[in-house]
Amino acid sequence: MTATILHEGRLVEDRWTVLEDGRTEIETSGGKVIVTLARWRAERESLLSRHDAVGVLVPNTADIEAVHPEIADRPLLALQFPTFTDGRALSQAVVLRKRLGFRGELRAVGDVIRDLVFWLGRCGFDSIVPRKDQSLEGCREALREFTVAYQAAADEHTPVWVRRRRGGAAALH
Amino acid sequence: MYRYDDIDRALVTQRVEQFRDQTRRFLAGELTEDEFRHLRLRNGLYQQRFAPMLRISVPYGLLESAQLRKMAYIVRKYDKGYGHFTTRQNIQLNWPKLEQVPDLLGELAEVQLHGIQACGNDTRNITADYLAGVAADEHIDPRPYCELLRQFIALHPEFYWLPRKFKFAFTGAAVDRAASRTNDTAVHLVRSADGAIGYRFFVGGGLGRQPLLAQEMNSFVPESDLLRYATAVLRTFNRFGRRDNIHKARIKIVLREWGIERFRAAIEEEYAKIRGSAEGEELLLLPEDIERMRGYFTAPAYKPVAEAGADVAPIAARDAGFAAWIKRNVRPHKVPGYRVVFVSLKAPDHVAGDCTAEQFEALADVCDAYSFGELRSTYDQNLVLADVAERDLYDVWRRLDAFRLATPNIGLVTDIVSCPGLDFCGLANAGSIGVAQDIYRRFDTLDAQYEIGPIRITISGCMNGCGHHSVGHIGILGVDKHGEEWYQVTLGGSPGSDAAIGERIGRALARDEIAEGVERLIRGYLELRCDDDETFIECYRRIGMVPFKERLYLNESEAAAA
Repeated sequence: MTATILHEGRLVEDRWTVLEDGRTEIETSGGKVIVTLARWRAERESLLSRHDAVGVLVPNTADIEAVHPEIADRPLLALQFPTFTDGRALSQAVVLRKRLGFRGELRAVGDVIRDLVFWLGRCGFDSIVPRKDQSLEGCREALREFTVAYQAAADEHTPVWVRRRRGGAAALH
Repeated sequence: MYRYDDIDRALVTQRVEQFRDQTRRFLAGELTEDEFRHLRLRNGLYQQRFAPMLRISVPYGLLESAQLRKMAYIVRKYDKGYGHFTTRQNIQLNWPKLEQVPDLLGELAEVQLHGIQACGNDTRNITADYLAGVAADEHIDPRPYCELLRQFIALHPEFYWLPRKFKFAFTGAAVDRAASRTNDTAVHLVRSADGAIGYRFFVGGGLGRQPLLAQEMNSFVPESDLLRYATAVLRTFNRFGRRDNIHKARIKIVLREWGIERFRAAIEEEYAKIRGSAEGEELLLLPEDIERMRGYFTAPAYKPVAEAGADVAPIAARDAGFAAWIKRNVRPHKVPGYRVVFVSLKAPDHVAGDCTAEQFEALADVCDAYSFGELRSTYDQNLVLADVAERDLYDVWRRLDAFRLATPNIGLVTDIVSCPGLDFCGLANAGSIGVAQDIYRRFDTLDAQYEIGPIRITISGCMNGCGHHSVGHIGILGVDKHGEEWYQVTLGGSPGSDAAIGERIGRALARDEIAEGVERLIRGYLELRCDDDETFIECYRRIGMVPFKERLYLNESEAAAA
């Protein structure tokens, strides 16, 4: 069963399967799977040999810079929001994108409600799995809740002090 | 005063529309109560006992006449005709209707006011020295830096869902008039030996449960690095602040659990990484960025002393009311011929900090006519006309007095700081307003107040400490004991340059004992002071708790108990 998610601003069918720890029945199916960091550490070689692609689910308590060498080459990292008010993964995302140069897919999972989506987009998440009860269309619209921003994050916005330095206060972009 | 450009206007306008949609979805049942709570708090909307409360941010306590007139209109249209100034220099409305709040915020946005991050677990409104720009002891005007940081933290996506609230306070003067170290982060503008401007950063303060003063993290962060260092502090907090227990979630708890060395090392390490990265390049402020912002906070067009100055002594000799006001509510200004005028929001039988629509309008008129159109709010819940010519003082006094805004009690025993308490607040355990009024009535005569001299009485209706009880010379904390209101008393707290957290004196007092107890402490002080010039806090620091305890608790066994 596939789910619809938000990827690069569009609603798409998800190609990734979450492989929960201890679950093996679909391991023969190949495809793209997401495993926990613990499982990735324990079964790295066998996972790589059995699947087309392996993404890693990183706990939001992880020191992302310390873990980075182990996951830097992954095509997808999933960061967790146990509740939508727990913003730890936002800092993980910004550090991954801006300091560590991670270019793979960065996915937000967990208690992801529409009202978290805008902030996710700004912090460098290009893949968002909304909570099951959320309006997907609403989530897609939320990415554009603001057209202006004061500060740069892991997105296209230029800091407002830099824009004004260039004399561009009148130009909104 | 800062002026919005198209970017600022677009941002606050889009914010109003975002909240309008969130409110609509909540009322349509698409958002749960708990989900909406986090969203409305980030727009200043709090659920109180009887109605929502809307907290409006007053950036670093600076207001202008158009905003005051708008507030008069707002409190008439959306509330019961008055607003309330808080200990963080903000304005609260006690009776708005949820459905009307998006429209209310839209109207506020027209005059550069908003509720963005006024509540909730995020970076709150920045507070600052209420004498910024006019105090003789100021090295550097903090306001341009406050505005640079205000913009940086507004809707910052990485720091929008912090473990708990996070407060910055700024000062650039010798005397700390911002209670700065009671905040999560205090930023002191300083100059190095070679004259360069920088910031002395203190982190880890906070009132409420376990009150602590912020500790020095870095004695000199260069001027260009305000946003870099702030990012390092906020990122450290976002990563390591506790999320398992709301009562242990402030950054002060990380500091306490780690110890200062480890805590400082974590912030400094993050700061070093930021400085050495592309992110650090983006965050770097150039001199021209600061200069541009400084352009919004230039000195007003002061008249020469020959035109502005006046000797008010002859009028004061004829008019005792004016004389008392000059003595207590008027202070020196760095420019000859000008004075700083304090507007007391502590009239008799008036709730501390409350301001009616008529008073908002009167203040707008007075500041337009006599103080370059601007007004400041203080953390003592009073207001300041920062730039009044001496020659206008008598007119200003008469106009303020007509609206009960000239009670000559600034810094005295009736200048009581108080949260709204159980009369309004959903968090409170006990009433504050009634206690403040009971104490007020005991010292109502001016002679008694002058005899007692400078003293700071602060009252909070619960642990959260909005009434700053832990930094009062006499601090009063309301607690609930089996459904009854009781009051714990602390002595020796201070918010300023000599900042200290007060110490608890002993058992709590009942509602009908508390005003009497405060009076006993003050009568005790009058007996105990070494001379008429020794203030309450000086006396307490000299002789300690025991003599006060003996006077508060008449029962000897209570006094003897630890």
